[in-house]
Amino acid sequence: MFRQASRFLINRSSAATMRWRRPFSTEPPVETAVDSKFFDAWKQTIPNIDPPKTPLAFMKPRPPTPSTIPSKLTVNLALPYNSLVSAKEVDMIIVPATTGQMGVLPGHVATIAELKPGVLSVHDGNEVTKYFLSSGFAFIHANSVADIIAVEATPLEQIDPTLVQKGLAEFTQKLSSASSDEEKAEAQIGVDVHSALNAALTG
Amino acid sequence: MAMAALRREGRRFAAPLISPQPINPLRSSISPAEDQAFLGVRSISTQIVRNRMKSVRNIQKITKAMKMVAASKLRAIQTRAENSRGLWQPFTALLGDTPSVDVKKNVIVTISSDKGLCGGINSTSVKISRALHKLNSGPDKESKYVVLGEKAKAQLLRDSKKDIELCLTELQKNPLNYTQVSVIADDVLKNVEYDALRIVFNKFQSVVSFLPTTATVLSPEVVEREAESGGKLGELDNYEIEGGETKSEVLQNLTEFQFSCVMFNAVLENACSEQGARMSAMDSSSRNAGDMLDRLTLTYNRTRQASITTELIEIISGASALEG
Repeated sequence: MFRQASRFLINRSSAATMRWRRPFSTEPPVETAVDSKFFDAWKQTIPNIDPPKTPLAFMKPRPPTPSTIPSKLTVNLALPYNSLVSAKEVDMIIVPATTGQMGVLPGHVATIAELKPGVLSVHDGNEVTKYFLSSGFAFIHANSVADIIAVEATPLEQIDPTLVQKGLAEFTQKLSSASSDEEKAEAQIGVDVHSALNAALTG
Repeated sequence: MAMAALRREGRRFAAPLISPQPINPLRSSISPAEDQAFLGVRSISTQIVRNRMKSVRNIQKITKAMKMVAASKLRAIQTRAENSRGLWQPFTALLGDTPSVDVKKNVIVTISSDKGLCGGINSTSVKISRALHKLNSGPDKESKYVVLGEKAKAQLLRDSKKDIELCLTELQKNPLNYTQVSVIADDVLKNVEYDALRIVFNKFQSVVSFLPTTATVLSPEVVEREAESGGKLGELDNYEIEGGETKSEVLQNLTEFQFSCVMFNAVLENACSEQGARMSAMDSSSRNAGDMLDRLTLTYNRTRQASITTELIEIISGASALEG
């Protein structure tokens, strides 16, 4: 009887530490200790309803900061419609920050950079892939993971130079004839993007 | 709801037929049967059962068609929702996920569908929103609602009318895209004062499983406050800020961008969940209609055979009365 009791106790304690396991699911494991404050507060005030999930539960945890500088940089380029680059290991990237082109190597200091419309180039060994970004943000974390989030990104080969020239002329004309502040701002944005496109194609 | 009404009517209709007595006072409001009774038919006419069967068959066809439509819409939108999942992950990796943050002004953004017949997902969202409202109201805290979608608006207007700040409907008139969502996000950010935005939606796990989820986006002042006080956002200070004049300007752009990205993913996931829930609701509805049709067919045959038997008995007893 006491043997059964010990087995029962072990089962109970392991069940408590085991979270709800779904043997056929490939989702990452359920909430980490970070959210426990929320769930405890929920369970206290609203015991009848299950608490909702939070985004952390659906995300793969990021690797911790290594002690030595890693050799490769992990790049994620995310757009609303697609992730063009996800978890690719590269040597260097150059991002178009508002303060100018910024080169990022593995072991770069943690940075949050606001981006302006410009070219992102990804250097992996000898091959260089260039994308034109329409502004966004770039986060470089201490563990040599770079996240770039942009609204639009196209490979440079797909941009049509004649359309760029036409757009640039159109927006410059709109800027000169703009009356309200809003129109001026819109026209200015158009001019900025098109001149950056121009520079990207020629430079 | 349509199925519940059908089930009720089916029960009400089947009960008088199943009982043992051949002559039954008709309890349901079927007057043509009474007319037929005057003409000499002693049980319920087959005409009524036939009409019932026709309408149930039509409902089965309609719900089957709705299921196919929902399945095709789901296929179209599912790839887009899965592609947009990479969008919010960098923000959560940087700013963490802090649903337990303690702020004065909470705004709960509830995302729901405009059309009905999609199972229980809208009620789930509203339940969670109300629970979050309760969790976040106290002596110096308050919560307000921003509602997207007709269904949640109808439910929340009933008892939380004064807490609703903004209502947006007809999101899916045009296919969902980032521009539309960023305009909505801009609307919300301009018109609503907030310290924390809690977005409630149903995350699409699979065609049969939808998990209610809440994503939290903090305002730039709260982000700075949490970064200074340490804890989850404490590492934010270690990040160098490139671009912009001041850190707060960059933080403001960052939180606004985060809100629009998280909203985009949330709206897509909710749309997927809506189509998936509609698929399974319509599937169970057509299965139910099929069961009801089977039961009605049996009733119909029984009625038909009973009337034939009655006629035969009358003829034979008349003939035997003539003979002897």
